[in-house]
Amino acid sequence: MTEKIKHFPGEKLSQKQIDEGEVTTVKHSPNVKYAWSCGEAMSRFLNEMKKGKLIGRKCNKCGRILFPPRMFCEECFRPTNEWVYLKDTGKIMTFSKSYLDTNAKRIKEPILVGVIAIEGASENMGFMHYFGEMDPDEIKIGMRVKAVWKDEKEREGAVTDIKYFRPLKEGE
Amino acid sequence: MAMLEKTTDVRALRHWEGDMEADYIYTTGIAGDKFFKEIKENAKITGTKCKKCEIVYVPPRMYCERCFENLEQWVDVSDKGIVHTYTICNMDLDGSKMDKPVIMAVIKLDGMHGGIIHKLGEVNPENVKIGMRVQAIFKNKKERVGSILDIKYFKPVK
Amino acid sequence: MRDVAVIGAGMTMFRRRLKETGKELCYEAAKMALDSAGITLKDVDNVVLGSAPDAFDGIHMKGENLSDGSGGYRKPYMRVFTGGGTGVFAPIAGWWHVASGMADICLVVCEEKMSCIQPHPQAAFAHIWDPILDRPLKPNLVWIFAMEMNRYMHVHNVSKEDIALVAVKNKNNALDHPCAQLAAKITVDDVLNSEMMAWPVNKLDISPPSDGAAALVLASKDMASKLTDNPVWISGVGWSIDSTMWTNRDLYFPEYVAKAAKMAYKMARIDNPKKDIDVAEPYDPFDYKELHHMEGLLLCDKGQAPILTKEGVTQRDGDLPVCPSGGLLGVGNPIAATMGVKACEIYWQLSGQAGKRQVPNDPRTGVCQAWGDLMQFGSVMVMRK
Repeated sequence: MTEKIKHFPGEKLSQKQIDEGEVTTVKHSPNVKYAWSCGEAMSRFLNEMKKGKLIGRKCNKCGRILFPPRMFCEECFRPTNEWVYLKDTGKIMTFSKSYLDTNAKRIKEPILVGVIAIEGASENMGFMHYFGEMDPDEIKIGMRVKAVWKDEKEREGAVTDIKYFRPLKEGE
Repeated sequence: MAMLEKTTDVRALRHWEGDMEADYIYTTGIAGDKFFKEIKENAKITGTKCKKCEIVYVPPRMYCERCFENLEQWVDVSDKGIVHTYTICNMDLDGSKMDKPVIMAVIKLDGMHGGIIHKLGEVNPENVKIGMRVQAIFKNKKERVGSILDIKYFKPVK
Repeated sequence: MRDVAVIGAGMTMFRRRLKETGKELCYEAAKMALDSAGITLKDVDNVVLGSAPDAFDGIHMKGENLSDGSGGYRKPYMRVFTGGGTGVFAPIAGWWHVASGMADICLVVCEEKMSCIQPHPQAAFAHIWDPILDRPLKPNLVWIFAMEMNRYMHVHNVSKEDIALVAVKNKNNALDHPCAQLAAKITVDDVLNSEMMAWPVNKLDISPPSDGAAALVLASKDMASKLTDNPVWISGVGWSIDSTMWTNRDLYFPEYVAKAAKMAYKMARIDNPKKDIDVAEPYDPFDYKELHHMEGLLLCDKGQAPILTKEGVTQRDGDLPVCPSGGLLGVGNPIAATMGVKACEIYWQLSGQAGKRQVPNDPRTGVCQAWGDLMQFGSVMVMRK
């Protein structure tokens, strides 16, 4: 390949060439909006978030308590059976300290984010959320944490009704 | 089993709103860039010819989609042609009624294979006929940017 | 099932921004592959196109749009898409066509034009997250890689230095690749001192977004014997997907890659991949992913990949060369078009056409792998001379 082929196609372009109109381009911004149905399980999940509670679903066949809740068990491929209230504490399964925001813009103070396995659900049943009230150097896999909720009147039925998870203090 | 039960309180069912934010810059490509620059500089329509298949492509391509040969022969194409088909649009993209209908047509320029899409102008909808001869009307040179809109519309000619 | 051979391949340059339209990129790679196989479009029975989200190119129904540049004009044509797994999944889909007897020659083309979306491909990646659970937290895709890398480092007690050795190796290997976007001689310190993106990921741990295309020609045994005396056989294929609930899985080991690998090895009658595989191209969008995937491909025990890397086993002249092309880290990451440095590279290596990148000692069995979606999908292909 490399010995026989003399020319590899591909004409490189720089952002400058595009900005200065050296090549013809067409610009377009789609205007696309969505209203996603949350479905049975996530609707209940969000309603419970508004009440300051975390809820899971149990599959009676494999016995797993699934969180986030779903109406079917993806392993047994059958409908799940019952709602189970969970604690709002858990263990950090993994984390990252991000110096990038959602638009890939650089930020100075890192966002602490990770996956928390929720107590009351089966092993490894976690979801993603922020961490707070801790130094970036303190955060460790295995740390026990607790949800810090918004005030009741500020909660709207969203995953952000929890502000972040904080370390569990001695004796909690 | 909950999945098969009826939901009796629809207020318990939620939806989540969001959008897909994105902006795009599309390059016109190796062949496309040459095509649009000819339109911008010289108000000329060009195509590429596949000798094997005897087809002139407008807009020009760098390859023949039928025999997959590299197309290097560029030809000038007439700015006149016939209306191959057309439609009269009364609604805009959002579904609201427009004051004046827009006539979109597929125009087969003399010498090209197939057609291109553009607007018809200086003609009333009821006078448009398939087979009608039309000619491209270009913007002034200083208004042209190297876009398909550098052609304002096609208008009927004898 | 019939025997299927690879008889030709091609690829374009990988760059952050190319002038060609998506169709033109497909044509360039496809024409090169046909020329290298000594055939024309007329000889092709079926065409498979692989391309990742429509959102990158910004054209809905991208598969249809790219069809004429891929030789799909009035032919049986299909587009497959498994996120980053497409680079190896597209040739697998091509294999289906020939192995089943439906085609004697199948052209497989993969394309990606990530430069269209503004301001950065991140804007498209944003929509891979769950809209209810994840997007309200305004995530950046680097977070999920960072969390997986953290878990891998934690379980196996691997340091960032160990992982950085992969970036050093691959960018160095890429110096011999004519299409490479980011080939360079760098050091471990360069990686560790590069900008911190989301701990533990630094800038030089990541491959760049790219524009590019690649193509392969697959042929039945009869056609291959007429057209070439240097075929490379596809002896095993496998693919598998895990659940989207990535927060319910321990990310330190890619089960779905292992499942896909076992499927491919079984078909290829490989009992001992550690011994039987001579050269490997696992998917390396981040440096830690090469290690993660080496273990998923069962090329070494869990936790052993960093040790093999430190010992030089994965260098081109080592016992198990890994990513001799320079991989995604060195050559570029145009998602589906990475077929050029995975499946195409194994073809070029086994047929002795890899030029300056050729691994010595006449490799006879190679494996390539790709991976996609929310840490979910693995596609694996074993090839043999």
